[in-house]
Amino acid sequence: MSAGTVPEVSTWGAFVATLRRDLLVAFKRRNDLLNPIMFFLIVVTLFPLGVSPDPLELAGISAGVVWVSALLASMLSLDNLYRADYEDGSLEQLLLSPQPLFFLVLAKNIAHWLISGLPVVVLSPLLAYMLYLPEGAYWTLVLTLLIGTPVLSLFGSIGVALTVGLGSRGLILAVIVLPLTMPVLIIGAKAVTDVMFGLPVGSHFALLGAMLAVALSIAPLASAAALRISVN
Amino acid sequence: MMPDTDPLLPDTPPAAHAEPLLKVQSLFCERDERVLFSDLSFSVGSGQLMQVLGSNGSGKTTLLRIICGLNDSYEGTILWRGMPVTDQRETFLASLLYIGHRVGVNRILTPRENLRWSASLHTPVDDLRIADALARVGLKAFEDVPCRNLSAGQNQRVSLARLLISPATLWILDEPFTTLDVYGVRELERLLAEHIDNGGSALVTTHHRLNVPCAVERLNLDGVEQPL
Repeated sequence: MSAGTVPEVSTWGAFVATLRRDLLVAFKRRNDLLNPIMFFLIVVTLFPLGVSPDPLELAGISAGVVWVSALLASMLSLDNLYRADYEDGSLEQLLLSPQPLFFLVLAKNIAHWLISGLPVVVLSPLLAYMLYLPEGAYWTLVLTLLIGTPVLSLFGSIGVALTVGLGSRGLILAVIVLPLTMPVLIIGAKAVTDVMFGLPVGSHFALLGAMLAVALSIAPLASAAALRISVN
Repeated sequence: MMPDTDPLLPDTPPAAHAEPLLKVQSLFCERDERVLFSDLSFSVGSGQLMQVLGSNGSGKTTLLRIICGLNDSYEGTILWRGMPVTDQRETFLASLLYIGHRVGVNRILTPRENLRWSASLHTPVDDLRIADALARVGLKAFEDVPCRNLSAGQNQRVSLARLLISPATLWILDEPFTTLDVYGVRELERLLAEHIDNGGSALVTTHHRLNVPCAVERLNLDGVEQPL
């Protein structure tokens, strides 16, 4: 309890520690780690069974199927983002840190993306192959997911932060989050479909990039404000 | 619900403090159309230990959360070193350590991992300090056991180990004694006394009679002195 040394305040240190902590929690809870990926795989594999195994038909819907599944997988894992922390009081400790809450929330969002978004991006070519996505569209699919899934995590975080204090959340999270993430889904899927028809996709990437930039700069602020309200 | 008597009922005459660290002025709080406290004023100086008393539901936890800034549905002013806390939130938070009902210990992580994260949010400390702090609160050999395998009292001890690795001046502890055994209670009283001795200050809610060598000031939210 030496009061002699000046406390070394390090935002970067707190950012890294929070990121590392959330990843550690996820790795210790294997279920949380595997659930979104398994869900993603299961939903996508159901389409050839339910719709048609016809390559032409599947190719037409493949981009949309992968994107919708990615969105649902991200939603499914959102609840873990703040719930345990709210229940055990860690969230209060997070709010009482002298470090800017923006960066701590951003660290948690990045951890969420690394757990739920990145595996989806990595697995997407495999599933695209299964759905007969034309070869030329692979890279577009992977890239749109790479830019789009972080936006899903960042916007989703706002919804979870708003609802974490509610006893029974049910569908309210989806009602809040889906309208925010809908544009990402539309543009992401459209870019892949357009590439299949040989259309230019530069503008789609520009829009997705702009969304990511907006999400990165605004969503953590909104999440931080929502968390303060939820804890209040 | 104006208290009839002065809410400050000191055990001993307060020492002359140059400037109080924390000063609460005419605080008013209403919850569910019930006035919890109105015109509540008190101050906590350096080297001062204040015990907040009051019956269940009298607003002890609310008061502590208001001071920390976790609850903003109040009227009045809270000053830290003479300046409103809302104007210097980061400075205030850097000097504050709060342990609430929910102790802030993740059940999946080990005590060591929990403390490492807690410290990094305020002032990072090396692993040696963390091991020392855990040993001091009686968790030697439990450093690497997931907290879900520990008892409620042991989890409370993990949160109390934070007191040892934090340079915070103001401790705000909400019912810190509830799950502790007699040894834990004694250890926490020792920690409090040391903190006060070093010029720190503390605001504690508990119904337990604090057995500390230093003076304990009492703030009674019921306005009536309770037998202890």
